[in-house]
Amino acid sequence: MLHTNIIANMNEVNALPLQVKNLQITKNGNVLLKDVTLSIESNNVTVILGPNGAGKSLLLRCAHGLENLSKGSLMWNTNIPQPQQSWRAYIFQKPVLLRRSVRANLEYVLSLHSINKANYASLIDAALKNTGLGQLADRNARVLSGGEQQRLNIARAWVLQPRVILLDEPTAELDPNGTAGIERLIMTIAQEGTKIIMSTHDLGQAHRLANDIVFLHQGRLIERTPAQSFFEQPQTKMAQDFIAGKLLNGE
Amino acid sequence: MVFVLNDFSQAFSKAIQLIFQLDPALLEIIGLSLRVSITAVLIASLIGLPLGAALALYKFYGRGIIVALLNAFMGLPPVVVGLVVYLILSRSGPLGVLGLLFTPTAMIIAQVCLITPIIAALTRQTILDANVEYHEQLRALGAKASRMMKTLLWETRFSLMTGVFAGFGRAIAEVGAVLIVGGNINHATRVMTTAIALETRKGDIELALALGIILITISLIVTSLVMSAKHAAYQYHS
Repeated sequence: MLHTNIIANMNEVNALPLQVKNLQITKNGNVLLKDVTLSIESNNVTVILGPNGAGKSLLLRCAHGLENLSKGSLMWNTNIPQPQQSWRAYIFQKPVLLRRSVRANLEYVLSLHSINKANYASLIDAALKNTGLGQLADRNARVLSGGEQQRLNIARAWVLQPRVILLDEPTAELDPNGTAGIERLIMTIAQEGTKIIMSTHDLGQAHRLANDIVFLHQGRLIERTPAQSFFEQPQTKMAQDFIAGKLLNGE
Repeated sequence: MVFVLNDFSQAFSKAIQLIFQLDPALLEIIGLSLRVSITAVLIASLIGLPLGAALALYKFYGRGIIVALLNAFMGLPPVVVGLVVYLILSRSGPLGVLGLLFTPTAMIIAQVCLITPIIAALTRQTILDANVEYHEQLRALGAKASRMMKTLLWETRFSLMTGVFAGFGRAIAEVGAVLIVGGNINHATRVMTTAIALETRKGDIELALALGIILITISLIVTSLVMSAKHAAYQYHS
């Protein structure tokens, strides 16, 4: 049992499903997300898939409140707002770690939320152990390898024992070895009951991790299906082409 | 040319002599110089670091004007600062009742006015650059604006040291402001730079040069201490 339930109300926050209705993002006259309507349920791993420029990261950013919506709505199933509460965490593709030790990086995140200091040590130790960073606790975060930095990035989210973790292409900058480590970690987190919503353009990664797929292309939702049917019987020509490894072009 | 060179070598041996004799008058002057300028740097940092960070992170009406003034004030002529502080502290000035004119406190006030803009302007630029890297991450982690400012100041502490020591360099080396508000009174407000000016005028070139050599040596020591501290810190931190 990894979640010791130290953070108050964690289990009372359901947060899911995430309801997105007619979402549109327009920047400088360019429509980057258009009329996206979908719902994300609380099953393990949802992968937002698509080629570069599809709007995957943008959709994730909207879900963490990092973008202003031009049209439509995006609602979590809770009244508890971010960032005051710790039920949701966001992981950037490229971690920006603080110039201090691994442990102090985790302490910093806890200090941003209303968490009793008496619980810091046990929360941090659990996060270090779960991410395999125990040996590196006192090392400076900025001198870690790419894979270790991304693990700390994930530990920084996990230490809050969130209900949902959003990851934006978490392995885009890693070598195959680092990627495998991060994927294992993501599976473990999902198995522990935390909802994972992640973006990737890597078909193999989507295949390995996803329970269901959100397939985007050029800012539009193309296909929204369970992973198995997406890979075995893609409904749209674009999804078929993407799975077949063809380059997707415009309309 | 030979004469000048001779002057330097004589001055140098005199400087060494003065230092190793631990001449009490000389030590007093060096001590006061350091006390005034270090105190001024500490106070200017307490004002300039948060001010610079706030100017980088908060949007408010009139910010552009403050930033422009700050940048202009980086190059304030020390004599003008001295004159203004003199007018404020003089018997008939608004703060005349405090009786601070011709005291080390007046010299500290003048130097704080002189170097706060330097520290604030350099801090602003440093925090502005760091914010590009950190802003989204800290926001996504749930940091509020005030906490973000504290975090960025701490994250950039090694870069900020450069600004703080640029301030110290300017304070310890300036003569105009401390001369006007301090008055170069023996055993009271005489510092290295005002002593050099005085000894030169009196014709005691040797003593003046000796003091100059000591002043430069102190600056060199401080600078190299800072640089090695920074270097060691960077080795560990990035």
